Amino acid sequence: MNKDFVAGVRGSLPILIGVIPFAMISGVAAVSVGLTFFEAMGMSVVVFAGASQLAVFQLMSAGSPWIIMVLTAWIINLRFTMYSATLAPHLQKLSNWRKALLAYMLSDQAFGVSMSRFVSAEDKIDHRWYYFGTALTIWVTWQISALIGALLGPLVPASWGFDFAFPLSFMALMFTALRDRPTVIAALAGGFVAVLAKGLPYNLGLVLAISIGIAAGYWVENLKKQEAAA
Amino acid sequence: MSVLSIWLLFFAVGFGTFTLRFLFIYLFGKIEMPDWLPRALRFVPAAALAALVFPALTHPTGNLDISLHNFRLLAGLGGALVAWKTRNVLFTILAGMLLLWALEVAFGM
Repeated sequence: MNKDFVAGVRGSLPILIGVIPFAMISGVAAVSVGLTFFEAMGMSVVVFAGASQLAVFQLMSAGSPWIIMVLTAWIINLRFTMYSATLAPHLQKLSNWRKALLAYMLSDQAFGVSMSRFVSAEDKIDHRWYYFGTALTIWVTWQISALIGALLGPLVPASWGFDFAFPLSFMALMFTALRDRPTVIAALAGGFVAVLAKGLPYNLGLVLAISIGIAAGYWVENLKKQEAAA
Repeated sequence: MSVLSIWLLFFAVGFGTFTLRFLFIYLFGKIEMPDWLPRALRFVPAAALAALVFPALTHPTGNLDISLHNFRLLAGLGGALVAWKTRNVLFTILAGMLLLWALEVAFGM
């Protein structure tokens, strides 16, 4: 086996402690909103993006329209364009099919593990193989864990109120996204507008709230930059 | 939801997500990302996740309820403390769910 691929597999092992429970939760959650085992695994393979899957489940249990589920999932996954642009120089001179395969397996964790290695390491590893090692390890671990979760799902009684696990998991992810004052402002603006606009038809308040949150963060950061320049 | 609309949902979300992942790897050297875009995208996770969390706590049954009878709001605030301290999904779920059950057992009907 390619040694840089193996290095990528090894590099991703510590982060699996976070991947396994999150993927299992997503499997349990899929079944808890009424998806069959086959549908749960189908979504896990087709989408392979945990936060957006959980968002779809929360909206499904609230009976939101189809288009709102799709839009919300896309918005949550917009962050992948940043990862894609940052990783792009490291994944070149490959056929489009191989690029597409590597892109499909892109995850927060594969991005994090690969970039921390690419930035710090002076050694001459093949970045494409290293990334492939991390991304594939995380993908396989995710699918196996989601499968275990989907099998365990029917054992979780509805009376447990498992739908409350959705906002709780978003909360943990939200705090990791709060890095500085502008991101805190973006979260507060998004959160409060979502509460105020809850009554809007078709759950449009959610898309509106996210847009205003992004605009608020961007605006506050611009103000800070102008102050620094003045 | 019908079986067809469920699968259409998966493929719509999946195709869009794949496009977002593939776009700039594919376009590398052909087009540059405009300068403002990553600066705006930086705020997506914080804004989107907060917009999912806040109403789930303030509108537990679909109606606004900011009172001590709203156990999800109280348990959510407890969960927020754990989320802030640990940034761990599993610990936050365990703390929030246990708190919700405890509140329901202690003060619920």
